[in-house]
Amino acid sequence: MRVALFVTCVNDTLFPDTGRAVVRLLRRLGVEADFPRAQTCCGQMHANTGYRDEAVRLARRSVAALRGYDAVVVPSGSCAAMIREQYPKLAGSSGPFADAVAQVVPKTYELTEFLVDVLGVTDVGAYFPHKVTYHPTCHSLRGIHLGDRPLTLLRQVKGLELVPLPGAEECCGFGGTFALKNAEVSAAMCADKVRAVLDTGAEVLCAADNSCLMHIGGMLGRQKSGVRVTHLAEILCSTETAGAR
Amino acid sequence: MSVTFLGMPPTRPFPRNAARALRDSQLRFNLRKATRTIRARRASVVAEAPDWAGLREAGRAIKEHTLRNLDRYLVRLEEAVTAAGGHVHWAADAAEANRIVAGLVKATGETEVVKVKSMATQEIGLNEALLEHGITAYETDLAELIVQLGDDQPSHILVPAIHRNRAEIREIFAEHMAGWGRPAPEDLTDDPAALAEAARLHLRERFLKTKVAISGANFAIAETGTMVVLESEGNGRMCLTLPRTLISVVGIEKVLPTWRDLEVFLQLLPRSSTGERMNPYTSMWTGAAEGQEFHLVLLDNGRTGVLADEVGRQALRCIRCSACLNVCPVYERAGGHAYGSVYPGPIGAILTPQLRGMGSELDRSLPYASSLCGACYEVCPVAIDIPSVLVDLRSRARHPWPERAGMAAAGWVLERSGRLARLQRAAGRLRRLTPRRLPGPLAGWTDTRDLPEMPEESFREWWDRTDGGRR
Repeated sequence: MRVALFVTCVNDTLFPDTGRAVVRLLRRLGVEADFPRAQTCCGQMHANTGYRDEAVRLARRSVAALRGYDAVVVPSGSCAAMIREQYPKLAGSSGPFADAVAQVVPKTYELTEFLVDVLGVTDVGAYFPHKVTYHPTCHSLRGIHLGDRPLTLLRQVKGLELVPLPGAEECCGFGGTFALKNAEVSAAMCADKVRAVLDTGAEVLCAADNSCLMHIGGMLGRQKSGVRVTHLAEILCSTETAGAR
Repeated sequence: MSVTFLGMPPTRPFPRNAARALRDSQLRFNLRKATRTIRARRASVVAEAPDWAGLREAGRAIKEHTLRNLDRYLVRLEEAVTAAGGHVHWAADAAEANRIVAGLVKATGETEVVKVKSMATQEIGLNEALLEHGITAYETDLAELIVQLGDDQPSHILVPAIHRNRAEIREIFAEHMAGWGRPAPEDLTDDPAALAEAARLHLRERFLKTKVAISGANFAIAETGTMVVLESEGNGRMCLTLPRTLISVVGIEKVLPTWRDLEVFLQLLPRSSTGERMNPYTSMWTGAAEGQEFHLVLLDNGRTGVLADEVGRQALRCIRCSACLNVCPVYERAGGHAYGSVYPGPIGAILTPQLRGMGSELDRSLPYASSLCGACYEVCPVAIDIPSVLVDLRSRARHPWPERAGMAAAGWVLERSGRLARLQRAAGRLRRLTPRRLPGPLAGWTDTRDLPEMPEESFREWWDRTDGGRR
């Protein structure tokens, strides 16, 4: 099986630990992922801010880089949702772009989907001796319907104490450029999410999207709360002998 | 082209309205409490429905079919209403609808009308228009009464006074009821039963002496010419039965082909709106009752323009249940007034800019009043894909130039992986210089949130240096 890692521009640029964790985790499970070098960004920021033409250009680039693989693994619910939900709308019904999209979309998996549905594993042999809470990001919850896959994986992690997050399904207020265009509403939403996270007593907040974690973590950090945020992949990659890095 | 009127003139852009609302801690507390209560109620009665997904799909399909054949069904509706002794009037916009209604009221010789809660008449600003003709309109829905007595604006489709708590309502009643009819009792407390009793006594007087009523309709059945109104308080039933003249102002998208279609919508609407299995009062009438005169004013006011839009037309499926408002994290914090339209919340964010156009700063900002979290789409009983319509409207909005420049620059960098890699290397080298506070529009982030630390090397660089971790 030829597997491509679509690492996403946010992970590539700001959170390389997550990309490394995915590569190592998949290797441990017997999958050598390829990193198609031409990839950059799925185009979601442009699409959702109203820059359709730029989004189409980035979507074309992405499917060109990713076609031909048996599976594309994306460590982001949001970017996976962009490819699966929005690419078909951007591509229209016919033409080479639409053909390429039709090829790539059914093979695109968010990381936990790839682990649970394609590889059929729920115990990835991880060890993470911390109290953890999980935030289901909007696009992973309502966009691609990850369901309880992330929780199933987390429950199998040795040493990990999983605590439920109250109001988990509520948006953290990131929303891409929403956080800038409606900064005050966004901050109010984030404040409520932060309060919910602190109420759990967890030391680590994890999610399937670093963009949302950057948002919540940015406020947790500003408040010197002592709670850290970590992408799910980094927890699943950790073992007794090696941390995520 | 004249600008469609939607109950209030466009105000400042949404983010500025919202920022002001966010500072009102009482408002935030009221909204949080109220939306969460209705949200939980809705969730429980939807969960118990044996096939909600099937009902929702049926609702979507019936509305879709009706909108596709609206011309046909509207003519059938007109024929059926006329045959049953009613009179049908067609209004292209708010001004024409107001003119028609004012003329009909004047013809009765009356100067007072009672009103059933109606979004269509809010939308066209009917009360204000009637006042110009010397006609006073009395709202009889409890929440609309609170809004009217408080000289306020509604902030929610279903619960117009959701921004008020009972202490505020007591104050409004005590202070303003006397100016509109029977005064509130001297010893009025903020006990909900006492407040309801004060409203009941005040309104009862009004019902018994008013000869003209104005309503909207939740549904208008083309097959039989039947109007349907769902309500909770019984005030609607009073208005629909007691007065001699009944005038209903109904948006053209409210038509349903057949009586049988109600089977679906009478299940979808109460569960989605008030979170009840069934609402307390459902009134249906066909044409004019004996001794009564009935007028139906069919209102376009921008709707046919929306119907022409392939993506946006699904907004016309809306049955005004407000489930999307109650679940929206932005609405819950910004409140309804921030949307500057009688249609607030997610549905307002797609309906208002389509009906009114995106000429004003407010209307251009509405499609951005969402984090695209998708909760609205999930609860919508007629499956309006609000996030997709928002994104589509955003792609048609005029963008401010600094944003255009930023987006163009980002697009240029991301168009070649080599450019991205060079930028990442430069950022890695300059990581110590990352400021704690960002300037201009980016300050919105760093005002309340730290920036992530820039890593020494990007994923891409690591992959190249280590051959994907194999070296």
